[in-house]
Amino acid sequence: MAIEKKPRNQMPCREPKQRARTFEEVALGYDLETARAEASRCLGCKNPLCMQGCPVGVRIPEFLHAVAEGNIPLAGRIINSTNSLPAVCGRVCPQENQCEKMCVRAKIDAPVAIGNVERFVGDSMLESKPSENPVKSKERAKRVAVVGSGPASLTCAASLSALGAKVCIFEAFHKAGGVLVYGIPEFRLPKKLVESEIAKLAASGVEINLNTVIGKSVTVEELTENYDAVFIGSGAGLPLFLGIEGEGLNGIVSANEYLTRVNLMKAYEKDSATPVRRGNNVCIFGAGNVAMDAARTALRLGAQNVTVVYRRGKEEMPARKEEIRHAEEEGVKFELLSAPVGFVGDGSGSVQKVVCERMKLTEPDAGGRRTPVRIEGSEFEIDCDLAVIALGTSPNPLIKNSFPALEVGARGTITVDENMQTNIDKVYAGGDAVTGAATVILAMGAGRKAAAAIAKRLGLKE
Amino acid sequence: MYEIKKIRPLAPNVREYTVYAPVAARHAKAGQFIILRVDERGERVPFTVCDYDRDAGTITLLIQQVGYTTDLIGKMKEGDAFHDFVGPLGRATDLSEYKNIVLVGGGIGTAVIYPQAKQLASEGKAADVIVGARNKELIMYEDEFRAAARELYLTTDDGSYVRKGFVTDVLKELLPVKKYDCVFAVGPMPMMRAVCNVTKEYGVHTVVSMNSIMVDGTGMCGGCRVRVGGKIKYACVDGPEFDGHEIDWDESLSRLRAYKEHEDACRLRR
Repeated sequence: MAIEKKPRNQMPCREPKQRARTFEEVALGYDLETARAEASRCLGCKNPLCMQGCPVGVRIPEFLHAVAEGNIPLAGRIINSTNSLPAVCGRVCPQENQCEKMCVRAKIDAPVAIGNVERFVGDSMLESKPSENPVKSKERAKRVAVVGSGPASLTCAASLSALGAKVCIFEAFHKAGGVLVYGIPEFRLPKKLVESEIAKLAASGVEINLNTVIGKSVTVEELTENYDAVFIGSGAGLPLFLGIEGEGLNGIVSANEYLTRVNLMKAYEKDSATPVRRGNNVCIFGAGNVAMDAARTALRLGAQNVTVVYRRGKEEMPARKEEIRHAEEEGVKFELLSAPVGFVGDGSGSVQKVVCERMKLTEPDAGGRRTPVRIEGSEFEIDCDLAVIALGTSPNPLIKNSFPALEVGARGTITVDENMQTNIDKVYAGGDAVTGAATVILAMGAGRKAAAAIAKRLGLKE
Repeated sequence: MYEIKKIRPLAPNVREYTVYAPVAARHAKAGQFIILRVDERGERVPFTVCDYDRDAGTITLLIQQVGYTTDLIGKMKEGDAFHDFVGPLGRATDLSEYKNIVLVGGGIGTAVIYPQAKQLASEGKAADVIVGARNKELIMYEDEFRAAARELYLTTDDGSYVRKGFVTDVLKELLPVKKYDCVFAVGPMPMMRAVCNVTKEYGVHTVVSMNSIMVDGTGMCGGCRVRVGGKIKYACVDGPEFDGHEIDWDESLSRLRAYKEHEDACRLRR
């Protein structure tokens, strides 16, 4: 019997012209009716391939079924059993490469918009009070220290706390949330949501220590002495720069610095004490999600021209398709197959122009990868009074420097075994600190896996 | 919240603040820094650890009113509290391989060399100390230095105290006779650069402490990057102290002005 075609329910978004000048969220979310309609597109496969695509193994058909029935609290409980941050994941996961990529429905019309429905459920749960009673603190006999408060750490903390461990988070910044608060902009992930998620965690008994740098304020050795297990989710680290002439000029910043000033320090608000450079002609170097975030942030800070400069072509851009599309709609320009060769100053220490040259891609090598090579004599200039370097990061050496016994790989990432344990007994690690810069959901998957291993070690059971 | 236990005025617009911050005090060492925020809308500003008391859980900072946030701090009273205070950050000073050291402090930089002077004295290898200031009123820690230094040399730009001249004038006289194996110079960047120019002629190893612009202070933002020996280094995790002869001073001085317009706008707004 043929299955009737039902088009995918599009995510309603603010108009590009209007949204490009405000930090308010771009995607507006489904209403209940749309969420139920979309959820009912799920075919309820006996062997749900979508779940194989999910790094944290969300029971997707089950929660979609509950939503289709209108039972949102049940859907929430189903998601929460494996994913503590659905409102976040529904917004920032690259679903098109994960659950939705595997969705069988794609063969009929289009994959179920799993992420959009997940977001609806997550948002509904944030509005409702948590139902279960948290375990009393005196019953929490096992103590776990969690380093950092980004997606890996929050997931690890939530899992272990739910299993009855006393979890203490240590965050270096003055605010918890890691990349969710300093990196991903407000218009993609409202900070209010992250705050609610963290408040829920704290209400459930997780202790959050801010302004505490592990390796400096407190050593890893001290944590291993005072806790039954330690999870390191300290995230990615040192920003990479281009290494070209003139990069020390003012107005050339890493994406980490730019986004942190804007997102964490709220530099876009008129009365913020934290400065941020508002360029008129902004160039972004790199083409991942962070580059798209920086480009769209620059528009919202009032830039006339925002140009993404990338040495490969559109197909090779590592950002999510949706992010690239949003950026294009809002007016971000792309100089593809172009690489910067040097910055030119204005004579008073600030950047004024960037000199670029055109590139072409070689034929694919054995691994299918096309390498960009420069085209002689193709130099051109772009006016540039703010340059944001979004080339990624190399791992932060801070923990390793203060704790040399910790084994790291050639690129400086922490080495772990199949259970996410490091070479040090009872010290586990996960997220970008282990993989290098990756996605929120992969970090959450790692946090969850480490939590399972720690729970087993400490004899914690559901 | 991190309470200000004690405020001691040291010079016009310069005060010493003793702050209750037990977590930061536990491992703090000379040469490291902390980052604080005055209130929940405040910017993150780094300050060098001037002294610490692990038993009392306090850290002492020397703060000069030079901008928006330091002006706010200038208005705070004992019993007031900072909203955030994190540290210790950066690497501690390590002068262990040197035996005949001169510490050079300019202006607020004396906050950094004072704990060094104390420590070297306690290790039985007291250093010579040169302290320079614009005028007599701005000379700080004179008694403390007298107790800790092998010899103390004071100089003022206007000659209002001891002698007229810059720290480099004193240094030029001492270098040929004292045979120092290390110069540790801390102060405003132009002063550190001038010291490096002098010591380079004599081939004396010179360590400086870079007061770069920072956001996180943990190696994440790259705002504090300094070109040292042609390579990018991060003052927050690789420093703040570097070989002064390797630093690209033109670039570092220029980078200090990155947010000057915003700073001026902030001052006007108040």
